[in-house]
Amino acid sequence: MTEPLLKIPDAALEQARMMLDRARWGAARFQKLDRATTQRIVNAVAAAAHAKAQHYAEWAVRETGMGVVAHKRMKNEACSKGLAETYSGADFVAPRIDEARKIVELPRPAGVIFALIPVTNPVATVYFKTLLALMTRNAIILSPHPGAKACCADAARMLAEAAKAAGAPDGIIQVLEEPNIPLIEKLIADERIDLIIATGGPAVVKAAYRSGNPAYGVGPGNAPVLVDDTADIRLAAKRIAASKAFDNSILCTNESAVLAFSTIADSLLAAMKSEGAHICSAEETQKLRQLLFTDHGFNVSMIGRDASVIAKEAGFAALNAKILVTPVDLVQPEEKLVREKLCPVLAFARVGNISEAIVAARSMMRNSGRGHSAAIHSRNEANIMAFADALPALRVAVNAGCSLGASGYETNLGPSMTIGTGFAGGSSLSDNLTPQHLMQYSRIAYNKDASEAFGRFAGLDPLNLPKPARPAASLVVSNPESDELRRELRKIILEELNAVLAA
Amino acid sequence: MFDYGHFRFESKQALFDKAVTYWNPDKTKFWQKAGIDLVIDRREGYCIYDMSGRRLIDLHLNGGTYNLGHRHPELVETLKGALDYFDIGNHWFPSVARAALAESLINVSPGMKYAVFAPGGAEAVDIAIKSARYATQRRKIVSIIKGYHGHSGLAVATGDDRFTKIFLSDQPETFIQVPFNDIAAMEAALKGNDCAALIMETIPATYGFPMPKDGYLNACKALCEKYGAMYIADEVQTGLMRTGAMWGWQAYGVQPDIMVTAKGLSGGLYPISACLVNEKTGEWLNEDGAAHISTSGGAELGCIVAHKVIEMLLRKETIANVHAVTDFFRDGMKDMMERHGDIFTGVRQKGVVLGLEFNHPEGAVSVSRALYEHGVWAIFSSLDKRVLQWKPGALLSAGLCQEILDRFDAAMPRARELLRSADKVN
Repeated sequence: MTEPLLKIPDAALEQARMMLDRARWGAARFQKLDRATTQRIVNAVAAAAHAKAQHYAEWAVRETGMGVVAHKRMKNEACSKGLAETYSGADFVAPRIDEARKIVELPRPAGVIFALIPVTNPVATVYFKTLLALMTRNAIILSPHPGAKACCADAARMLAEAAKAAGAPDGIIQVLEEPNIPLIEKLIADERIDLIIATGGPAVVKAAYRSGNPAYGVGPGNAPVLVDDTADIRLAAKRIAASKAFDNSILCTNESAVLAFSTIADSLLAAMKSEGAHICSAEETQKLRQLLFTDHGFNVSMIGRDASVIAKEAGFAALNAKILVTPVDLVQPEEKLVREKLCPVLAFARVGNISEAIVAARSMMRNSGRGHSAAIHSRNEANIMAFADALPALRVAVNAGCSLGASGYETNLGPSMTIGTGFAGGSSLSDNLTPQHLMQYSRIAYNKDASEAFGRFAGLDPLNLPKPARPAASLVVSNPESDELRRELRKIILEELNAVLAA
Repeated sequence: MFDYGHFRFESKQALFDKAVTYWNPDKTKFWQKAGIDLVIDRREGYCIYDMSGRRLIDLHLNGGTYNLGHRHPELVETLKGALDYFDIGNHWFPSVARAALAESLINVSPGMKYAVFAPGGAEAVDIAIKSARYATQRRKIVSIIKGYHGHSGLAVATGDDRFTKIFLSDQPETFIQVPFNDIAAMEAALKGNDCAALIMETIPATYGFPMPKDGYLNACKALCEKYGAMYIADEVQTGLMRTGAMWGWQAYGVQPDIMVTAKGLSGGLYPISACLVNEKTGEWLNEDGAAHISTSGGAELGCIVAHKVIEMLLRKETIANVHAVTDFFRDGMKDMMERHGDIFTGVRQKGVVLGLEFNHPEGAVSVSRALYEHGVWAIFSSLDKRVLQWKPGALLSAGLCQEILDRFDAAMPRARELLRSADKVN
């Protein structure tokens, strides 16, 4: 296309701004719906999403070239019906009454949420953020990564249809069909947005915080996993290998480097080998180092690729390997292999004791992964406490794979596709993102003096309060009889006029 | 001091004085007497600002001229871009802007064949009447008592006496008027088989938006067919998505032979209107295309803005917004009637075209003033002063709609007070 002869407005941006208004209408109406209706919408959308889990798993892998269909399907299922079941007992709609503190809390949904969707976990994140928004009666605008826009847009439209069919207000699920970075940067600064949820690279997260709107941005991960001498080695090996292989390490909670007590390191390596790990030679490790880290940082074309494909690209064979384990001597940021790797390559280092483990873990997290996740396989509570306390991680999964443990699917943390990295990681969010984060409460607070009794609020519903009385009839300002007379008169005049005209 | 660069005014009063001296003494004084001392200065979105700086939410919209808001940024940018390249153009020649707009209008107007452009609604109505006369070779035109189609030579003759007699422009022999919603009267007017056309606002605006009874418009159209008259839909106030469909006649399922669109087509920025004709009524464009000409009709700058207006109206977000505003005021006004039923007694509504009925012969005048004092500008129907024209914009936001309703609610006690004193004067 050549440049047009006229200077014209950016119609895509203008239309996107109209989406914000549409979302505001949707949010305003959604906030007037009761819990039963909200629940019905959530369940309908979750069921529709669940039914298409495989379809979108295949599509996402096809479109992005990242990840494993079977694992994406699992995530899609977990982020649809799984989420609906997890929160089926939770009530984000009714007021909360605290008799002891003489406080009533009235729910206030955020309103319009602008959700950035990463290329790594596209449809699962679309499902996840949409369902959280629906549970809390928010409208959501989904902004997919350009590399996953087709599957995300299609999934979003499908969810919107399901919501509509279940009685949801118009405009509560919308998607930017043709996202691009300049468009998104202009859009997220718009005051019609109440909350941005930025899951993606650091550039996206920083942009979200720069926008001037409230935002949850989450930083990158780089999880160390410690295996000490009290761990069940066979189980630890199994869990680490499975976690690292899960969706080819595309979750930001995946293990980046194993720190193994020297006393058990060899048996751990052997056990991992029998779980499908390929233990790389020094030469293979060097080849991987060169392949994965370019002058511009991580080689994004390797994100979420199969282990055997990565090995082949690096120049060696690792047929049928689920993960590639690269032993390293130095655990410091200058060792590239202990940086974040969203692919099934796992660094492996030996540590003499818990102090060495802590130093190593802190060192690797110094430049990357602050505020994110770590894991430990241990039965020694003191080690677990010391490790967790000393690390800049905000969640430490114990005796669980880090991918699904830190993200709450194999622990009792909030199951989440958005992992808060807290102040340490440049984020206002320290938890795993859950529905509670998408709403706030207005508080009715009584005088705490004992002489002032707390009111009886049980049974009162802000959506259904008694209406104020109508104004008294005495305020009628004109006589209805004379009105009737006027109407009659007008009719007669019209009839006469008609007769004249028809003549 | 109000310094506009090109001219300056010492004060708002200085403007009033000049307006009386040089412009229009009666109109200037009329508003002052009515307690509406408005001189619109800045304007943005759905808000206008008086010279005093006071903000008013605009629900008058000049009959939908500001359907998309005042100075919508996308339209302003469109016009600015066009100004670097185009001007009014030369009506004698085919033009890219006119051809493009004509195509986009015909694409959204089933049954229509050509678009003939004019600078304003009245002139487009004149074209409609001429086209109907050409096609039928008859002269008589039927319209509705209290209907309104503008002020040019033929258009004005279809309207109220107030606008014709003063200028000796009434033509009762050829311009027949019948009461609205009266099928028998309509048939009586048409059955002589000597009428060229019936011209009909899909919902009569200046009359206060009385809603056509079920089947009325369809029956009128059937009578036109039966007696060989053309049906002209005046869509100046009901078109451009204001009834929830692109054209009001689509919302009522009536197929016109000719239709007229204006006001909002201009985006409120560059005057333009169009008369759309079907094959039969547009045949003169094959026979003698210069039989009607207009130097500034279809000015290319206006065409480019109007083309953008149509593009914006067709967006799914716009249509959703119209439905949202429609539903909001349907529910909101029902609620207001429950609370202020002593004075506020009825709502006429189709889409974002509303008439609010008050149970006092001049009720809407007082309510208009009370609203004005409460930061909302909505005008009464000049031909039925019980009714307040309530014309929310197609792109009004949820927040502004709630604000409008809150302000309406807050203005009702003042409206009661004004109505009481009006009654005492009477």
